[in-house]
Amino acid sequence: MERNQQRRQLAVMRQSLFDQEYLDEQFIQLEELQDDANPNFVEEVVTLYYRDSARLIQSIEQALEKKPLDFSKLDGYMHQFKGSSSSIGAKKVKAESTLFREYCRVGNGEGCIRTFQQLKKEYTTLKKKLEAYFQLARQVGPAETACRPK
Amino acid sequence: MGFKNINIGTKEGVSNVVGTALLSSPRINREQMKNIQTNISTALVVDDDIINRKIHRKLLDNLGIESETVTNGKEAVDVHCTGKNFDLILMDLEMPIMNGIEATKKLREMGIHSMIAGVSTRSLEEEKQEFMDAGLNDFKEKPLTVAKLASILHKFCEDDLEPVTD
Repeated sequence: MERNQQRRQLAVMRQSLFDQEYLDEQFIQLEELQDDANPNFVEEVVTLYYRDSARLIQSIEQALEKKPLDFSKLDGYMHQFKGSSSSIGAKKVKAESTLFREYCRVGNGEGCIRTFQQLKKEYTTLKKKLEAYFQLARQVGPAETACRPK
Repeated sequence: MGFKNINIGTKEGVSNVVGTALLSSPRINREQMKNIQTNISTALVVDDDIINRKIHRKLLDNLGIESETVTNGKEAVDVHCTGKNFDLILMDLEMPIMNGIEATKKLREMGIHSMIAGVSTRSLEEEKQEFMDAGLNDFKEKPLTVAKLASILHKFCEDDLEPVTD
């Protein structure tokens, strides 16, 4: 595909991630840190996030299978998970994390389970979208991508 | 909004220059980052989260600040026991083994005068106050950004702090 066309496609892809609220301002903060010395910094951070958060997802899943639910433990795991998600600008994932913690606070187990299912959907969807985005970005090559979303 | 450089502190001709426009801006871009000069040369990142350690390290690196990372408060104390010192310590609050409050108190008891900036997701006033009371110079809510780090550098000069490393 012609290079300019690829750049346009990349820009459209990026814009839609913000328009559909998968990502927030924090992602742009990460893009601003990227430079010639670390041209793949954002992708590295996102890759690290998915690798590191997988263990938290597993811990939460296991904790949700235990009866009675330990809401304090669940909240602790989700606090960590929310922090990491927030650091990469994962807006929808962060929102579900916040909701999950609210359900923990009031001791609503069903709410926790339901929200966790939604959280995993958002988490997986974002992963696929970002993988596609970074794959195209690598083809296009280094360029100024950080800009305020329209 | 115009960008105005203000010389807010000097040490041997090197100044902490952080424009007032930048301090009130929610985001500092790559070009503006290049205009930030600081006489802080070393920092310690204390955080149990690997993503935060990577991001904070890059933030510091982009401002020309050499950094080391540790994963909890006890490691932060231990590294100082080896004789190392840092101009700036970015201290997370919730960490295993030793949290940020305990680590800050311990470092101050040891006579560590470095600037310690608490960085946490906790936003309740009581929690922030307890952390500040432990001996922090500043507190910022996570996630840390260039603008927030620039604000910390500004406070370094406002508080008349001196770099502890040459």
